[in-house]
Amino acid sequence: MSATLWGGAAARLRANSAARAAIWVLAILVTLALAAPALNPNSVETLDWSRVAYAPGWSHAHWFGTDRLGRDLFVRTFEGARTSMAVGLVAGAVSLSLGLGFGAVAGYLGGRTDYLMMRIIEILSGLPLVFFVIFLTVIIGRNSYVLYASVVAVGWLTMARIVRGQTLSIRRREFIEAAVAGGASPVRIIWKHVVPNVLGPVAVYATLMVPQIILFESFLSFLGLGTQEPHASLGTLIAEGAGEMEAAPWILLAPGIFLALLLVSLNVLGDGLRDAFDVREPG
Amino acid sequence: MPRYFLKRLGAAIPTLFIIVTLSFFLTRLAPGGPFDEQRALPPEIMANLQSAYGLDQPVWVQYGRYLRALSHGDFGPSFRYKDFTVSELIAQGLPVTLELGSIAMALALAIGIPLGTLAALHRHSATDYLAVSLAVLGIAIPSFVVLPLLGLIFGIALHWLPVAGWEPGSIRYLILPVVALTLPPLAYIARLTRGGMLETLGSPFIRTALAKGLPLRTVIGRHALRPALVPVAGYLAPAVASIMTGSLVVESIAGLPGVGRYLVQGALNRDYTLVLGMVILYSSVLIGMGLVVDLLHAWLDPRVGFAR
Repeated sequence: MSATLWGGAAARLRANSAARAAIWVLAILVTLALAAPALNPNSVETLDWSRVAYAPGWSHAHWFGTDRLGRDLFVRTFEGARTSMAVGLVAGAVSLSLGLGFGAVAGYLGGRTDYLMMRIIEILSGLPLVFFVIFLTVIIGRNSYVLYASVVAVGWLTMARIVRGQTLSIRRREFIEAAVAGGASPVRIIWKHVVPNVLGPVAVYATLMVPQIILFESFLSFLGLGTQEPHASLGTLIAEGAGEMEAAPWILLAPGIFLALLLVSLNVLGDGLRDAFDVREPG
Repeated sequence: MPRYFLKRLGAAIPTLFIIVTLSFFLTRLAPGGPFDEQRALPPEIMANLQSAYGLDQPVWVQYGRYLRALSHGDFGPSFRYKDFTVSELIAQGLPVTLELGSIAMALALAIGIPLGTLAALHRHSATDYLAVSLAVLGIAIPSFVVLPLLGLIFGIALHWLPVAGWEPGSIRYLILPVVALTLPPLAYIARLTRGGMLETLGSPFIRTALAKGLPLRTVIGRHALRPALVPVAGYLAPAVASIMTGSLVVESIAGLPGVGRYLVQGALNRDYTLVLGMVILYSSVLIGMGLVVDLLHAWLDPRVGFAR
C-alpha cells in the first residue's frame, strides 16, 4: 500500500464536508458515552423512589428524567450507548477477523476450495439468519455470549465475500508471484502479503459494518432478546420508551436520538471513506 | 429462461428443507420441555400432556409426523396459546402482515424509483439533495426508532393519528406503521435508482437516442429505465427481508395483530412450535420472493439468465 494511496484518500476525505461533519459528530458521541455518566451523581441501577417517571429538568439531578423504576435516564442513556458501541466494536472486530481469514484463504487458494467455501457462504446468506438468531436465543436462552455470537454470525458473511473479491484482484500480482518463487508457504503468503494488502478496502467496509452490527444488537435488544436488565443498551431503552410513550415521552427521546445520530454519522463516514478510497463492492 | 428458473427452484427447495429440518431438531435439542415453567405437575398428568403433544415418541417419529402434517399446511398445536393451533394463529395474523408489507413495498417502489430518477436527471439540484439525504437517513435509522418518534410527533404532540391500535378496515391506524416500514427500502431504492440511472444516462446508446431527436421522456421510459433498474431488482429480495424483519418490531410497537408479533411473543414465551412455524413461514415467504425477484432480474437484465 503506497503512501500516495493513503495520502490521496485522506485528502479526498477532508474535502468531503459531510464526512468531516460525521467525524465530529462521532467524536462528540463517543466522548459523551465515555465521560457523561461521570458528570452525574446517579448510577445506572440506583432507584430513586421519590422521583419515579420524573420529567427532565435542571432543578434536580435527573437531567434526562427518570424511568418507571426511578432510574436516572441521563446515566442510563450513555451507559446504553456504551454497551451498543462496545458490541459494535467487539463483534465488528470478530466478524472482521473471521471474514478476513475465510475470504483470504478462499480467494488465495482458488479452485475447488474456493468454490466450496463460497457455496457455504452462499447457503448461509440464503438462510433468514435474523429468524434463526431469534430462534437460537429462544433455545439457548438469553445471555451476552449468544448475543455476540448471533451478531457475528450475521456480520462476517459480507466481510468474507468482500475480502475474497479483493484477494482475487491481487492474487496474480507480481509481489505474490515473487513470494511464491521465493518459496514462501501459502500460510505465510496469506498472512504477510495478502492480508496487509486488502486491509484498505476492508477497513472501509468495516466502518459500514459497525453500524449494521449496532443496529442488529439494538434490534434484538428492542425485542427483548438482547441485552438484559438491569443492563441497558440503546435498544432496550428505546423499547422501554416506546412502551411509555404517552405517559413519559422523554424516556424515548434521548436514546432514540442518540442511536439515530450514531448510525447516520457512521454510515456517512463509511460512504465518505468508500468514495475516498474509490472501492467497489465485488459483484 | 425456463432452465434458469428450474435451476433456481432446484436450489430453493433443498434450502427450505434444510431450514425445516434444522429448525425442527434445534427445538428438540432445546433444554427442558414446553411445560417446565409451570408449577410442578404430577407425573401422570405430565405423561398425559407429553403423549397428547406427541413428545413421548422417538424424535425421528416426531420429525416424520411433523413433516407429514406440514405437507398439509398443519404446523401443530401452539404450546402456549392452548386453544389454538399454530396454523390458526397464522391464518389470523397473516392477512394483517401481508397488507402492511405489500403496501410498504408498493410505496417504496412507487416513490423510490421516480425520486431516484428525478435526482439523477437534475443532479446537484434541490431534488437531488433531498433524495440523497433521505436515502442516508432512511438507510441509517431503523423502523423501531422511526415509528416511536413519528408516534411522538404525530400522535402525542399533534394528535393527528393514533399511536397504536388496530381496527379492521381503518386506514388511520396503518399510516404510521406503513411509513416506518416503507422508509428503509424506499431509501435504498431511491439511491440505487439514482446510481443506476446516472450510469445508464452516461452510456452511448442513450446519447444515440437523444441525438436521434427522441424526447427525453421517451428516452427515459423506453431506453434508460430498464437497464437502470437492474440494481434495484437485485435489491428486491433484501427489501422483502427488511420489510419482514421491520414488521416484527413495527407490529409490536403499534400493537397490530400480525404474524410478526407472534414470532416475538413466541420467542419470549418459549413457545417452540409457534416459533418453529413462524421461522418456516417467514423463510418460505423469503425464499419464494427470492425466486420471483430472480425472474424479474432476468427479465430486466437478459444477461443474467444465460450466465453459466
